[in-house]
Amino acid sequence: MIGLYRPGTSLLHRAPALLKLAALGVAMVLVGLVADPLVLAGELVAVVLLYALAGIPPTAAWPQIGPILWILVFAVPVQVLVAGGSVEGWTTAALMAGRLLVAVALAALFTLTTTVTAVLEAFQIVLRPFHRWVDADRVGLLVALTIRCIPLVAEIVREVLDARRARGAQGSVVALAVPVVVRSLYAADAIGEALAARGLDD
Amino acid sequence: MNVSGSGIRFEGVTHDFDGQPVLRGIDLHLTERRIGIVGANGSGKSTLARMINGLVTPTGGTVTVNGLDVRRQAKLVRREVGFIFTNPDNQIVMPTVQEDVAFTLRRRGLDAAEIAARTAEALDRFGLTALADRPAHRLSGGQKQLLALAAVLVAGPSIVVADEPTTLLDARNTRLITGLLVSLTQQVIVVTHDLDVLDGFDRVIVVDDGRVVADDVPATALAAYLSLLS
Repeated sequence: MIGLYRPGTSLLHRAPALLKLAALGVAMVLVGLVADPLVLAGELVAVVLLYALAGIPPTAAWPQIGPILWILVFAVPVQVLVAGGSVEGWTTAALMAGRLLVAVALAALFTLTTTVTAVLEAFQIVLRPFHRWVDADRVGLLVALTIRCIPLVAEIVREVLDARRARGAQGSVVALAVPVVVRSLYAADAIGEALAARGLDD
Repeated sequence: MNVSGSGIRFEGVTHDFDGQPVLRGIDLHLTERRIGIVGANGSGKSTLARMINGLVTPTGGTVTVNGLDVRRQAKLVRREVGFIFTNPDNQIVMPTVQEDVAFTLRRRGLDAAEIAARTAEALDRFGLTALADRPAHRLSGGQKQLLALAAVLVAGPSIVVADEPTTLLDARNTRLITGLLVSLTQQVIVVTHDLDVLDGFDRVIVVDDGRVVADDVPATALAAYLSLLS
């Protein structure tokens, strides 16, 4: 979700996040239940059409879906070997690969067409009936901060790795872990202060 | 030039941290539109600025903003006082530019149409419209500080406090941010090491070892500060 959203005005972009989440959940279950390769092939075609409907170009889709292919490169042969190399084994492996591909592609499509704000609002709607026990705003803030902190910590790690290399301490785990933890804690403290300044501690 | 209202008052303010005095006997009445605070590292100037937003509360004495006590009415004070930090990365909450500006307003419980209108207006004012859907963490330092400023000002504070807002910026972005701060209609208080930032300010306060050692028009106060350094 960190910078993956592709702005657009398609039906998928405009659909409520909660509806998309529910549809995604249902689709995942259905994909898991598919036992016919032809049906799965149909689902793959449907996913391609959904990407076209959302106006997501292959260049934007590939970074999200591509990495799963590396997993399949190992998982498919293992599946075939476990099944003794039979035709049935190949079918099972193809089904497994197809299911994973469809599931990842659908999840990526949700991410590419939904803003974090829309996801947070969906969270708040889902949590509303539990307001006595759960503060939906706080949960939303927690999710937003978690997403926001990933690039922040990644930047800290990158800087510490550079500093470690500059000091000739490439192999030292301590030279990586200690500054990363200390700087992350300082950053957390500073973010907390900034949140308070923006009136978010009330 | 003075701003309306009762301004910011420090009365007999002290602050200790880990048993060490950080601020001692501060008495100030800040009403001018452009005020600079300068001082060496560890002099207490950032603590002084943070007290205006209630981020730090005084150990002794009182700080009031337009009559509101920062200790007892922190929530109301923070609606009056926007705070800009040195590192904008610590201030940005949401992943994209537009979402971060809108986030301030969402917490105020405004309806979606008003949030969208005010966000668009703020983005336009700070030249961020073209970057609205860009991930905030991929912006340049100057753009991030612009975003931090937009996210603070969209809430409509009457006072803006900036703690070394140009320290991490290059000369071009320093000029940009300084120009924007000076052009604001709000009362602006800037803590800085960069004395050029204070060009055109109404008043400069020099802090040293937790005390106000000079408080005057910029030329006089900065002369006192420079003699202190030498």
